[in-house]
Amino acid sequence: MVHTDLIKDPHVLTGKLHWGVIPFTDPVVAPVMFAAIFIGIALVLFVTYKKLWGYLWSEWFTSVDHKKIGIMYCIAALVMLVRGFSDAILMRTHQALSTSDSFGAGYLPPEHYDQIFTAHGVIMIFFVATPLMIGIMNVVMPLQIGARDVAFPFLNSLSFYLFLVGALLVNISLFVGEFAAVGWLAYTPLSGIEYSPGVGVDYWIWALQISGIGTTLTAVNFIATILKMRAPGMTLMKMPVFTWTTFCANVIALIIFPILTIAILQLTLDRYLDFNFFTNDDGGNQMMWVNLVWAWGHPEVYFLVLPAFGMISEVTATFSRKKLFGYVSLVWATVVIMILSFLVWLHHFFTMGSGASVNAFFGIMTMIIGIPTGVKLYNWIFTMYKGRVELTASMWWVIAMLITFTIGGMTGVMLSIPANDFVLHNSMFVPAHFHNVIIGGAVYGYFAGFTYWFPKATGAKLNETLGKWSVALWFFGYFFAWVPLYYTGFDGMTRRLQYIDNPDWQLSMYVALIGVALIAAGVAIQVFNIGWTLYKRNDPEYRDETGDPWDAHTLEWYTTSPPQFYNFGQVPVINDRDPLLDMKQKDAAYKRPEKYERIHMPKNTWAGPVLGLLTLPMGFGFIWHIWWMVIVSITAIFACWMKLSFERDKDYYVEVPEVEDLEDKFLKSNENRSYYFEKNAKYYKKWKPTKRTDG
Amino acid sequence: MSSSETGHGGQAHGSVKEYVTGLILSIVLTIIPFYLVMSGVGSDTLTVVAIVVAAVAQVLVQMVFFLHMNGSSEQTWVTTSAIYTIFIVLFILIGSMWIFEHLNHNMLMGH
Repeated sequence: MVHTDLIKDPHVLTGKLHWGVIPFTDPVVAPVMFAAIFIGIALVLFVTYKKLWGYLWSEWFTSVDHKKIGIMYCIAALVMLVRGFSDAILMRTHQALSTSDSFGAGYLPPEHYDQIFTAHGVIMIFFVATPLMIGIMNVVMPLQIGARDVAFPFLNSLSFYLFLVGALLVNISLFVGEFAAVGWLAYTPLSGIEYSPGVGVDYWIWALQISGIGTTLTAVNFIATILKMRAPGMTLMKMPVFTWTTFCANVIALIIFPILTIAILQLTLDRYLDFNFFTNDDGGNQMMWVNLVWAWGHPEVYFLVLPAFGMISEVTATFSRKKLFGYVSLVWATVVIMILSFLVWLHHFFTMGSGASVNAFFGIMTMIIGIPTGVKLYNWIFTMYKGRVELTASMWWVIAMLITFTIGGMTGVMLSIPANDFVLHNSMFVPAHFHNVIIGGAVYGYFAGFTYWFPKATGAKLNETLGKWSVALWFFGYFFAWVPLYYTGFDGMTRRLQYIDNPDWQLSMYVALIGVALIAAGVAIQVFNIGWTLYKRNDPEYRDETGDPWDAHTLEWYTTSPPQFYNFGQVPVINDRDPLLDMKQKDAAYKRPEKYERIHMPKNTWAGPVLGLLTLPMGFGFIWHIWWMVIVSITAIFACWMKLSFERDKDYYVEVPEVEDLEDKFLKSNENRSYYFEKNAKYYKKWKPTKRTDG
Repeated sequence: MSSSETGHGGQAHGSVKEYVTGLILSIVLTIIPFYLVMSGVGSDTLTVVAIVVAAVAQVLVQMVFFLHMNGSSEQTWVTTSAIYTIFIVLFILIGSMWIFEHLNHNMLMGH
């Protein structure tokens, strides 16, 4: 993270690159860089030594299996979580040190600190929350609706690699050049070429542009999958709630990501070709950037949180041993949010000066969108009411979410009052609020879902004790970290302060530091838990032989853990909203069908990784103005695309004997098992099938 | 699942004639606003109106000739999603225009 010298006249071969852009001497970055290079080399040597390249290439990298792509998304998200969380630790320690007389002004210079808060925001939203959610959707959603894969398997693989390139570009910026120092949404005119002449904003542009296109493609893919590939009998109003929320979230994504793509394209033209969309002069309007980016940004937070609501719903229903309370109201609340989320974006810039009537409209819309969200909270609470709540680790996450998210929602309603917002705008209160809803709502929801579906994806259940410890540490850590910052926000502390000269805030900064340490312990335990569980995966205590370790209700549990590559030997006909519970009640689950049919499956393809990763040199070339690299990459992408279009050999059939063989093994292992867990049998027998059959 | 060149669900895939018509109409609808801006023959108001009209017309051309939308009953989902998209686009467009009208008025921008 050095100040790169401005190069007005890029070299033909190396563009703006020169040795000075690599931070060999930076005391913070250089050790990280050498460690990263060392670990990278060690990893490559290990894989080579174990002769794993062929296996990884044919079984993982080129795979179009939605379950494997989902797992790769989750791995990348967890790696980036560690990166983004390190940024959080740096910021908290820096602010704690910059308030005391004995330490002076902290240890991070302003230009470095600015890059850190920008990178933290970008990484956490685009490269942690989004991929973790898309990863879980990938693993779960096709299984929930009884599909064999997503509608466009190659596109799914391509989306993953486009996301990966975005994440790689952000990480490369740490070691080659610099990252943007303009805040996670790169407000103009600060992010324009006049005020940010370095390559930092260009890294921001190309990382978001490339991964954003991946997200758009994912949205197309998932919408088509849900509309076209449901099991016979699964009408819309019989879809599991997680599938519903996935659907609505992807509808939002499909509408908003093009807005971001175009806005970033306009900023690119401003920066590269001297256009004036968002400059101060020559007819540009810098507030139009803020307007467009929030027309994307507010629906984006609903894109992140709706699937979390779906996960919470599935976990709550399963572990309360009840059907979900108010399925129809929950679905409609989701649909209403899908529409209303487009009508609130101005509340992010009430202070811009568009006046009382505009602010009043958007303030009221913001309060209204709290209503369907509140409906959902009652759905979950009433699902637990008189249920036989089983306090597993995923249920702990749900309860942590209910408490934290409710508080965050209420501070959001405070901010939705424009008069309040004029006081609190740009203060620490705002980050405290959105961390409250994003951690408390979205992230806790993902972790609930992650814990719940982990055995489905890997075949082993996470350790419950460790899981509960990480919930507790996150839960208390969150409040330690952010309640003091709510207070300092009220007290007038603005966001993104590199230097703090008010001694009154010193205690708050120390308490917040304790909070971040608690969360760090929680993250460490989670990472350890995943490693430990995978290490112990064949141990009977961890292993899931049945495919249905939680005695659950929905279709994804009606197959092995991890599922066969074709998901279901025979896709069942759906008669109920809780199809597996329905089958268990009718004693129809895990029966061998009279005959199996051959299964049509997509073949793995080289095109996902090759096409996707070719955008890396393209983006890198654009960032450093290395035009030959851009031209070569785009030509190669085009050539690969042509080759792919002429390929005919894209699918194959799994023949009946192979299906029979695999399915018989599974049914045999489930032979002597009663359908319910003993303790739930009496309880589940009470639940009548869903009355409503239309949809 | 299915290979990309075969369609399920009965959507039409169009004919060469349809694609060529669409292409020609798109090119014409692009050239008109471009010409108006580059030559500066019309007044500013006329140019802005012409750009907007040509842009909307081009969206419709692409929906009909390239996406083969015709509002028939087999295309319920296509029609529904088109109406939803238009609805949201209008939200954002009219909302933005309203916001910036007030902003310009209050902040004396563009004066």
